[in-house]
This record gives sequence, structure tokens and C-alpha cells, in this order.
Amino acid sequence: MDSKDNIIINGSEFSFRPGETILQVAERNGIDIPTLCYLKGSMPTGACRICMVEVKGARNLLPSCATPVVRNMVVETESERVIKSRRINIELLIASGHHNCLTCEANGDCRLQELAYRYQVETIRFPESPAIYPTETSNALIIRDFSRCILCGRCVQACNEVQVNNAISYGYRGSASKIVAVGDLPLDESDCVFCGECVQACPVGALIERPSRYKGRPWEVKKVQTTCPYCGVGCQIDLHVKDNEVIRVTGTEDATPNLASTCIKGRFGYDFINHSERLTSPLIKKNGKFKEVPWDEALSFVADRLGDIKSKHGPDSIGVFCSAKITNEENYLAQKFARAAIGTNNVDHCARLCHASTVAGLAAAFGSGAMTNPIGDIEKSELILVTGSNMTEAHPVISSYIKRAVEFGNAKLIVIDPRRIPLTKFAILWLRQNLGTDVAWANGMMHVIIKEDLYDKGYVEDRTEGFEELKKTVAKYSPEYVSKITGIPADDLIKAARMYANVHPASIFFAMGITQHRTGTDNVKSMANLSMLCGNVGIPGGGVNPLRGQNNVQGACDLGALPNVFTGYQPVNDPVLREKMATAWNVESLPESPGLTLTEMVNKAGSSIKALYIIGENPLVSDPDLNHAEKAFASLDFLVVQDIFLTDTAKIADVVLPSSSFAEKDGTFTNTERKVQRVRKAINSPGLAIGDWEIICGLSARMGYPMTYRNSKAIMEEITRVTPSYGGISYSRLEKKDIHWPCPTAKHPGTPRLHIDKFTRGMGLFHPIDYIAPAELPDKEYPLYLTTGRVLYHFHTGTMSMRSDGLNDIVPECFVEISSEDAQDYNVDDGDLLRVSSRRGEITAKAKISDQAIKGTIFIPFHFAKAAANKLTNAALDPIAKIPEYKVCAVRIEKLWVHGEDR
Amino acid sequence: MKKITLKMWKKIDGIIQRYKEKSGALIPVLEECQDVCGYLPMEVQERISRGLNIPGSTIYGVVTFYSFFTMVPKGRHTIKVCLGTACYVRGGKANLESIQDEFGVETGGTTGDLRFSLDSVRCIGACGMAPAMVVDDDTYAQVSKQNIMKTLNGYK
Ligand code: SF4
Ligand code: SF4
Ligand code: SF4
Ligand code: FES
Ligand code: FES
Repeated sequence: MDSKDNIIINGSEFSFRPGETILQVAERNGIDIPTLCYLKGSMPTGACRICMVEVKGARNLLPSCATPVVRNMVVETESERVIKSRRINIELLIASGHHNCLTCEANGDCRLQELAYRYQVETIRFPESPAIYPTETSNALIIRDFSRCILCGRCVQACNEVQVNNAISYGYRGSASKIVAVGDLPLDESDCVFCGECVQACPVGALIERPSRYKGRPWEVKKVQTTCPYCGVGCQIDLHVKDNEVIRVTGTEDATPNLASTCIKGRFGYDFINHSERLTSPLIKKNGKFKEVPWDEALSFVADRLGDIKSKHGPDSIGVFCSAKITNEENYLAQKFARAAIGTNNVDHCARLCHASTVAGLAAAFGSGAMTNPIGDIEKSELILVTGSNMTEAHPVISSYIKRAVEFGNAKLIVIDPRRIPLTKFAILWLRQNLGTDVAWANGMMHVIIKEDLYDKGYVEDRTEGFEELKKTVAKYSPEYVSKITGIPADDLIKAARMYANVHPASIFFAMGITQHRTGTDNVKSMANLSMLCGNVGIPGGGVNPLRGQNNVQGACDLGALPNVFTGYQPVNDPVLREKMATAWNVESLPESPGLTLTEMVNKAGSSIKALYIIGENPLVSDPDLNHAEKAFASLDFLVVQDIFLTDTAKIADVVLPSSSFAEKDGTFTNTERKVQRVRKAINSPGLAIGDWEIICGLSARMGYPMTYRNSKAIMEEITRVTPSYGGISYSRLEKKDIHWPCPTAKHPGTPRLHIDKFTRGMGLFHPIDYIAPAELPDKEYPLYLTTGRVLYHFHTGTMSMRSDGLNDIVPECFVEISSEDAQDYNVDDGDLLRVSSRRGEITAKAKISDQAIKGTIFIPFHFAKAAANKLTNAALDPIAKIPEYKVCAVRIEKLWVHGEDR
Repeated sequence: MKKITLKMWKKIDGIIQRYKEKSGALIPVLEECQDVCGYLPMEVQERISRGLNIPGSTIYGVVTFYSFFTMVPKGRHTIKVCLGTACYVRGGKANLESIQDEFGVETGGTTGDLRFSLDSVRCIGACGMAPAMVVDDDTYAQVSKQNIMKTLNGYK
């Protein structure tokens, strides 16, 4: 390297890249310059002046975090002058507040304390300023102690530049300065969503996690990196463990995909792990009451009963529900147990209820049914289309990527959603479609793109087939026609179409708003059509990206927890593959025809299905048309539920088997971007609870098909032998690098982006699709649309999240989100109790008037067993993927009592 | 409290509309809205936040940073009591306190009937007249407990 492109720090020469700051060059070369306000990934503010260094020729000391390097710069980072300035600075910071380290939570992990020690600041020459603002303790999760705040601003940056929640800012001035939320309200009354990013960013003890207070000192805890057990983003988190208890959770620094960010569930939703209601013993129901029994008795009992039923009614009278919550290794064993030990393909899991249509639709179009691009590609997108995904609530950490791309990058965002979801604030265009009209708007956009000749002809010609049929089908979807169906103004549709076609690369993100329809597979194929038409599949920053709901729903699908495929989507009806698996599993033969789906098993429960073995799922809250499901389960001959809590489903079981939580086991989860990530054991399970894989092995042995493994690693080794797409995965490789499947060999780097030069199926296939209306539309009797979904603060059926006091504190109960127009029509006020009824059932919940809701459509979250939205939803199934239509049905509302009145 | 009238709301919406697409609009919008209402209560800040799509916390931060902005409505008359050194030693503080007591108003605040807003100031360059007080545009010299109420009674 040319010597003049170098700089000298503390006498040594270093090279630099253009644009680097002094701090970055120093860090890269192991020179430690202390910082306080500098937050990686954000714009340096130069607020704290701790990082000052001496630069030859400059009259004043310069902040190294904000000073770009220039050629031949000569820098001293610890000169006498520098040290003197740092000392004064530290003294001033300490004097600016009330720094009593004795009981401060940050003690031992405090940058200020560390600096005082490093620069030997013993006496403070300045008088301590009195505390002007009282400590805020009004919410259950975050304590704000303003007397310890050094106003470094990292929390503001964490909130506004990293998470882009924009909840806090600098307020007031001079000595009255304070970090404020809107109106200087306490956090719980502000826009804060309690992601805790600010707490992790705070270098001192001014922001602390309330649930962790007085639970342990930093040096007393063991930190174990693992994967978050909530959603499909797969954030890397550190569990802080003391005395076999998880006392705190933080985001793992520098690990993808979350780069230390988390949402409220990941950071504060861990109470369930050490919860007193955890199951600690196997239970057998005798005379209607559960009795604790030892493992041997429970397993033998289950094995006998399943054996009886199998010999009486055949293996296909038994069904196994695997789980999107347990590890890959455990899902693998569960489906192996069903297929090899019982001899049935009746295995499925709750992906049926969320993304079965994605898997079916994308497999048909591309040959592979998963997210095409990695999460990090959001930074490369110029245009992002989000539809049917309330991302800030369901996949908050990915939503931050998008918000950053829009706020601080060049990306444009188009949102197409029936609710005014928070992301619309960041969108250049928001199209509001009527529920269930997604095929129509997609066809409409393609109509415009083809008519105006904006599509990618080269790509369509070289890489796809079926274009002419598509063209014929979309011909009738003029913007005016589409507008009649969808309610989207024709001009807006044209604008969106042009933008999507003209800006490259463009990515599409969707979730359950697209998949949970009776036309779910059609909807997904439409997204694939649109993306291919503009040449967006197989390029960085493009793609079709379904966001998977649960932590390991991707992995459960990958590992064959589906009725029609073995691991890695190898069809069970392929004789060659069947033979291969039979040999690997050491059985004579395996069942040939695809088994029943989860929804079909529920429908046939009591008739052709006699027994169900349900692992880690709670279908009695999550299934559609619950009243029906309840009856079906009750008519089973035998029901086994394996879970960490006595869920609603477990309560009606004959046998309950207690399993380990994610914190108590080793294994892997595969996140929504197909990245295989480690789960690591941090604590021991309570009581007699053991890992799901151990339970399955114990059961299998008692049914005459022994499976023995030393540990989860040994199971993974078997998986790689029988699963081409996981062939190159090993625990030791995962320690060193991120691997996205397909990864066929130990040398293969993995495949973050699918379909780069060629689609998995060869050519991308366009599907001509006509619009079909939802199965149920509002009418005189049931005049309102109902759509269901999640809220940020809870997860799925609440088995885990509702055991966190902090989360319950924020959203304690179900609600009915209603627009102010509808509220006026029905004379409803906030908090009034409503009865919501559909053709299938009714629930009661309180009204919440919100500008997220649009006239004519109400929204109810589905997490709450007490007011289960799924008593209302319609079980109309997608004919291909058998996914139920959770997102549209017709309801009516009545006011039961007025807020504040006695009943 | 001074109510924001329908007429004011309409004006506020007009201001937001005019600046909507421009960058760096916040400060001029706040200025103009304060001209319309005389102050910037939370309800006005919230409307600006929604209209300009700027986080409420940012707006609150700006409003509280610049002394020019106020979240308290201004009274019909503004009293400024000098607390510069010369005035202070001659009883400026006591004068201030007597006004506070008489009208039940804090420094920086406004009386409930919107008659007076009270502020303290540093030296106004009239040390020879210490202790000094300014009401609207009139400066009063040698203010004392004895004459202060009489003076203020002249402002209705
Ligand atoms: S914030 Fe740091 S310096 Fe201040 S009291 Fe806590 S440990 Fe001590
Ligand atoms: S918890 Fe999250 S949203 Fe709330 S202030 Fe902190 S960073 Fe912002
Ligand atoms: S609360 Fe913490 S991060 Fe925020 S300004 Fe104060 S010291 Fe810095
Ligand atoms: S770290 Fe550079 S000024 Fe604070
Ligand atoms: S000190 Fe009051 S006028 Fe100078």
C-alpha cells in the first residue's frame, strides 16, 4: 500500500479506507479509545467528548468517533493532554448526577464506572447537582433513573435510528435537559413499545430492566447465547443465568440477524421459563383427574394405548402433531416416530394454519417454498412492498430493517393492507384493499405493468414460462375493474404498479394476511407472478419473502413435519426416496400415500382418527371454528399432549408429558430466512421434565422401535445424512458461520439467496389466476368484516407470553379494534363491552377505538383463550394447502355494557 | 385554560397543509401555530405530529428546547421582574414572591383568568432604577411591595 494513504496512531502506521473515522481505524487495529455516546450503526453525535484524541497540527482535541481520517494524520490517543481532558470530563459526568454505585444495577457493567477506574478519578472537584426529575417506575419493564443519566443520547439513537420507534428525544435545555417521550409522559403512556433497545444501549445505570432488578450482579451470571423462542426472525439472545434461573435477556452483540436488537417478547418475555406453573411430572388422567406418575408408567401406558389402537384400527388411525416451537432435531424424531414406529404419514404441525399456502404456492412457482432472500438484503432493496404483514407487531426486528432503509437509506415503501398499520407512516403509498381481494390487486398491477410495457422482457423470456397465459388472464383486470373489487382507487393502483416496475431491485414481503385465505395459495402465486414479471427473483435486494410466524416453523417444515414429505421436502410418494429413508431408518417399508393434514385430522377426530399425539401445540386456541374443534377432540379415543404447561388442549388429554423449554436444551431452529441457528442449554428443566427428543425416544423404544442418540448433535448428524438441503450443516460449522440452506456439503457455504441463475424447478412458472371472493362476505345479518391477527405483546396462544407479568401489564386482555366511524354508528365508546358474533359462535371483549381500523372492518387478536377469536373465524379451506380462512369472515356486534358501569 | 377554537384548528390544518411536503418544516409550523393559538398545548402538538408525520417526542423536544415556544398560554399582560444582581439585592426577589402570592401564579406561568403571565429576567440594563419591573412595554422603577399592586391594578 502507498504509504501516504496511511495514518499514524500512537507511533504505529495503519492503513485506512476512505470515510473511516479515527475511532474505526483504531478499533480495527486493537487500539482502545474509550467512548460513551458512540453507538455503532448510528450517526456519531460527538456528545460526550470522552473519545477526544490529540491530532498533530490541530489546535483542539478532536472527537475520534466523529472525525474522519485523512492522509498522514498523526494521532495520540493517550497523551497527557488527552488524559487530563478525559479526567475532567469524567468528573463532570459523575458530578452531573447521583452516582451511588452500591445498589446500582449497572455496577460492574457501567462505562462510567469503568472510565473512572481506568483514569483513576478519585475525587470529584465539582459539587453534585441535585436530582431534578424523580425516577420513573410507572411501568413493569423499564425503570428510568434520571439522576444517573449522563445525557449521552445513546438511548435516543437506539430508539430512533436503530429500532426507529421514535418514542424518545432530547427535551428542555441546559441543566434541565432530559430524555423525554411525547409530552414528557411516562413511557407506558407514550409511543414506546418496550423493545428495550434503549436499555441495552445505556452505558450507565439510568435505564434498567425492572424485572431483573436485584436479581444478580453482572459477574455472578453466566451468559448463554441462544435463539429467541418467539417469532421466526430468530434473534440471537443472551440468557443471563444465576442459580438455574434466567434473570435477564439481552440481544447478542454483533450477531445476525438482529445485531443486538430484540422486541419486547424476546427481551422481557422469559418469565415462562422459570414459571411455577411449569409441568414437572407426567400426568395420567384417572377418573377425570390428573395423577402424577413416574416416566416409565406414563410412557408404557401411552405405548400400550397407541399399540392397541394401531392394531385395532391400523396405523392411519393415529396422528402426530409436531411443533413449530421445538427444535429441528426433535421435529425430525417426531416425524420419524410417526412414519417408522407407528407407520403413518399423518404428521403435520401448525404451519398448516399459517404458511401451508406459501409452501404450496412458491413451490409451484419457483420449486422451493421459502423466503428467497436473506433479511439483510433489505438494505439492498430500492423498493419494498409489504402486504398482509403487520410487521411492527409480528416481526418487529425485520420491520426495523425496513424502517431504517426508508428513513436513512433510499428505499421506498409501498404498504397494501386493510388496516392502517404502523408501517403506513413510513410508506410513500398505502393501498387499502377490501379483505380477501389480493389476487385482484396483484392482477391489476400486472395488468398495468404489461399494458405499459414496463415488465422485464429479457427475464420473462429467459427464465420463466407461462407468460402468455398470465397475460391473457390479467387482461380483464383494468384498474377500474380492480377498483370495484378491492376499493383501491385506480390512480393509486397505477402509481403502485409503475413504481414497482420501475424501481429495481424490489422485494415483496408478506405474511398471514396473504396466506390465511381460502385463496391463500392463489394469493402467494400472485406475489410470485408479480415479482417474476419485473425480474425480481434471484437478485440481491429482490425476491418474494414470506415471514414465518413461529421460531421454528421453517425448521419443522424442513424436517418433514408435513404429511406429504420427508425431510428437505422429499416426497413420500417417491418410491426411490421411500426406499432410501427405509434403509436409513432400518425398517422394512414406509407408508406410501401422503397422510392427513392437521385440519383434516381435526375434522376426522373421533371418526377415522382415534388417537392424537400432540407435541408443543395448543390447537384449542389456534384452530379455526373452535367450537367444532373442541367437540372433535373430546370424541377421540386417546389424546396425548406433550408441553411445558397445562394448556387448554392438555387439560382435555388422557396423558400429559412434561417437556423442556428452549432454555433447557441443545439443538437448532431454522429462522424465516432459512438460517440454521443454535439453541443452547442454559439451565436444567424443572422437576421430571425432559427434552422432547428424549420423550419421543422413550416412547418409540416402548413401541418396539428403539431410537438411541447420545445428544442432539448426534440427531443432527443423522439428519444431514438423509437430507440433501441440510447435508453440510454441523454444530461445529454453525459456531463459526451463518449457514442458510440449501447447504448440501461440508464445503458448501450455504445459500442466502435462492434462484440466482436458475429456479429450483428450472424455469419460473407464471400461474394465471382469477379472483375468487372470500367464502363469507358481510350481509344484512352479519354486516361487518372481521379480520384476526397478532399484537406485539403476545405470541400465538399465549402459552409463553401470558406468563410474563410485564407483557400482561401492557395488553392484559382481548380487545375489538374498531374505527371511529363504526364506533359512532354503533354508539360505542372505548372500553365498552361488545358481543361479537358470527355464524359459528360469539365472544365478548372490550372495544378499542383506533385509527388503525377502517370503517366496516373490525380486528381481534387471536391470542386469548378467554375470548378466542377463533370461535368466530371460518374454517373454509384453501383447496390446495388446506389452510383456513382466518383473515375474513362476517360478524355483527352488540354493546353489552358501558365502560365504567357495573354489570 | 385557553381553548383552541374551531377557527384555530382550521388555521392549524391550513398551516400543516402548506408545509406538508417540505423538509425542515417543523420549526416554522410550530411558530405559525403558536401565533394562531398563543401557545402550543399537547393537543396542538399531536395534530402537528400526525399531520407532518413527525414523532411526538421530537416535537416535544423542540418545543421545550427553544424558549421562544411555550406550552402555557400567554396572559393579556406580561410581567417581567428583574432578578439581575442590582435588582436582586434591592428586593427583586421579594417583589416577585409577592406577585406570585397575590395572583397564585408561578414564574413562567399564567394566571387562571389569563390576565397576567409572569417571568423573571436577568439585568434589563436599568440598574439605576433597581429594583425594576416591566409590564408589557412599560418599565417601572423602584418597585416595592407598597406600590406594586397599585401598578398592576392598572392592567385589566
Ligand atoms: S450508573 Fe455507573 S457510575 Fe453511576 S451509580 Fe451506576 S454503576 Fe455507578
Ligand atoms: S423501549 Fe424501545 S421504543 Fe421504548 S424508548 Fe426504549 S428504544 Fe424506544
Ligand atoms: S438514559 Fe442512558 S443512554 Fe439515555 S442519555 Fe441517559 S445515560 Fe445515555
Ligand atoms: S464517543 Fe465520541 S464524543 Fe462521545
Ligand atoms: S439588575 Fe435589574 S436592571 Fe440590572
